[in-house]
Amino acid sequence: MQRRAIIAVLLENEAGVLSRVVGLFSQRGYNIESLTVAPTEDETLSRLTLTTVGDEAHIEQVIKHLYKIVDVFKVQDLAENEHIERELMLVKVRAVGAEREEIKRTADIFRGQIVDVTPETYTVQVVGPTDKLSAFLRALSGGRILEVVRSGASGISRGARVLGG
Amino acid sequence: MTERLSGGDMLIRALQDEGVEVVFGYPGGAALHIYDAIFRQQRIEHILVRHEQAATHMADGYARATGKPGVVLVTSGPGATNAITGIATAHMDSIPMVVISGQVPQDLIGTDAFQETDMIGVSRPVVKHSFVVKKAEDIPAIVRKAFLIATTGRPGPVVIDVPKDTTDPGVLAPYVYPEKVTLRAYNPAVRGNARQIRKAVEALLQARRPVIYAGGGVVQGNASAELRELARRLRLPVTMTLMGLGAYPGEDPQSLGMLGMHGTYEANLAMHESDLILAVGARFDDRVTNNPKKFCPDARIIHIDIDPSSISKIIPAHIPIVGDVRNVLGEMLQVVDAELPANPVNERARELWWHQIDGWRAENGLNHHLTPKPGRPILPQYAVQMLHKVTRGEAYVCSDVGQHQMFAAQYYRFAEPRRWINSGGLGTMGFGLPAAMGVQMAFPDATVACVTGEGSFMMNMQELSTCLQYGLPIKIMALNNQALGMVKQWQDMQYGGRHASSTYSDSLPDFKTIAEAFGHVGMRVDDAMQLEGALEEVFSPALRNKLVLLDVWVDREEHVYPMAIRGGSMKDLVLARAGEGKGGVED
Ligand SMILES: Cc1ncc(C[n+]2csc(CCOP(=O)(O)OP(=O)(O)O)c2C)c(N)n1
Ligand SMILES: [Mg+2]
Repeated sequence: MQRRAIIAVLLENEAGVLSRVVGLFSQRGYNIESLTVAPTEDETLSRLTLTTVGDEAHIEQVIKHLYKIVDVFKVQDLAENEHIERELMLVKVRAVGAEREEIKRTADIFRGQIVDVTPETYTVQVVGPTDKLSAFLRALSGGRILEVVRSGASGISRGARVLGG
Repeated sequence: MTERLSGGDMLIRALQDEGVEVVFGYPGGAALHIYDAIFRQQRIEHILVRHEQAATHMADGYARATGKPGVVLVTSGPGATNAITGIATAHMDSIPMVVISGQVPQDLIGTDAFQETDMIGVSRPVVKHSFVVKKAEDIPAIVRKAFLIATTGRPGPVVIDVPKDTTDPGVLAPYVYPEKVTLRAYNPAVRGNARQIRKAVEALLQARRPVIYAGGGVVQGNASAELRELARRLRLPVTMTLMGLGAYPGEDPQSLGMLGMHGTYEANLAMHESDLILAVGARFDDRVTNNPKKFCPDARIIHIDIDPSSISKIIPAHIPIVGDVRNVLGEMLQVVDAELPANPVNERARELWWHQIDGWRAENGLNHHLTPKPGRPILPQYAVQMLHKVTRGEAYVCSDVGQHQMFAAQYYRFAEPRRWINSGGLGTMGFGLPAAMGVQMAFPDATVACVTGEGSFMMNMQELSTCLQYGLPIKIMALNNQALGMVKQWQDMQYGGRHASSTYSDSLPDFKTIAEAFGHVGMRVDDAMQLEGALEEVFSPALRNKLVLLDVWVDREEHVYPMAIRGGSMKDLVLARAGEGKGGVED
């Protein structure tokens, strides 16, 4: 059975580490849906979140191979437990005439914010789980979308549990 | 007061402090400060090769035979890229190696400078880890970490890329060799889980048709003694992978020999019919399992490996045990001791199982003795049997890749681990001669044989010159079938005998003359009746200190059998060429 994994990785914040992670995926033919990375509160560490789709055996192999990278401390599939997932998206849409009101209403439904305005366009910011962002894009009919940028998912587990703890 | 050294001197001093005795390498601009540091010291010997690929294979052979890491030094750009094949070879077989590559000065990195290659990027998929030196004072800690990573856990090659400015003789920095380094994210497993170990022993005691499947991890993990003890205690049949040969004595009745694509009939059938497989330091390679969907239908699997990612990668394990194979087998033996009195092996089931195995062995085993017939071409299998006889089974045998490699694996029954040295995972032609040189460097008094094919030999034969320079008395037995025999065999079996680019008999050199031209002894034999005598001479005391190349003209039509049928299970084997007996003359 295929499922989506949202894998959190704690690793050394050093040159070359990211290429090892990305290289692992291309080398082994694993797909990456999204990948985000930034330093943590401890500047010697980075935290990376990547999402991938596969069956249990595949996800287990991905995790084991991530652990094999010498700079990787801790790996966890957040989807195995309750977790919070957030992605940030900016969408530039054509907005003229009656469309302006409609887009505004749709953005409100998705708790989006209009962060930039011109006479012909809106730029809407939406934050949420990846599927909510995709739903927002579907709700805006295709022709009006001029540009989309998504950050990729980040995640953290619910409750007291911490990665690397 | 701490000493102040240049980066080049630090690098060599750190290697000394690491206990390194020999470095295999080839100089060039970016590495010259390091070479000068080597020149100004005595403790480390540098072996000047003729091609960087050979340097990596030498270091690899040295590591396989000794268990100590092999060390390589090359320059930037082409020096570094030439080393890649050898690094990949070591990586696939989990061999500890440290490769130091020169690099252009840091202010030139990224400018497409002369002889600049992104060595870290190029080598990334084939190393366990890599380091870039940023400043001289980091060198001692980087060297310490590199050796630690290369030799612990699942071993492998580590690259240290050294920009030229960090070895500048004009820049001195304090040299402190760290006793301990911290690699906070690196914790290879050591001990296996006690509950899993107990479960494994219980399963072994209850099994009716158990079999051991021992891989290179047993050899590299120095667990051969423990494996032997366990096999004997429970009277378990032992099969070995190409990489595991010697883990259990090949001539012992409990050895079923090699398993897999060209494994023995009895080894493959025992695997297929077993109800419990104890896989130790093996990775269920496709050359072993054949079609994983048809793999050993009745077998439960205990899988012991240091690398968690090897477990359940191809075949799901019922009882996975992550840990150092030697520790795990040692603990299993203790549990066996405690359990056996109350929980004895089912003797009757074991008897039946051995009866079945001995039946397969009698039917189609390879343990027949071939005899030469006058006027018939030399059988390559017979040549290996003779080599075994003449060297009393005690030689280090290094091999290349092809039919000759499989014949060597099948017919030289290794009594000890670390004696059989070949490129299993990557299958690198050109490995044999330089690997043998590395072994001979490690053990100057040992008998080191290289069983090669004329094709493989030509991929690194320039190293005959290195052998002369350092007086390496290797004995080369080239099984010359005047073809890329293994390729030709596949073409015979799968492409209707169309030999696309696999033959070159009109243009082969005279190997005897080649050996002589390089200052060695060359011999040729094409008559089976002369072969044993020729080998006696090759290994005679008179030629003890000489490199001898024996060009053995073998039967050009011979195929390697058994051979797994593609897409089948382990028991699906071709045992002989259609319309033929078991391949050759036997008694
Ligand atoms: C570097 C490299 N190139 C190509 C191959 C593919 N290959 C495998 S066996 C073989 C033929 C080897 O010929 P030879 O060394 O004469 O051995 P033989 O099979 O004839 O005994 C070839 C080309 C390889 N293993 N390695
Ligand atoms: Mg050949």
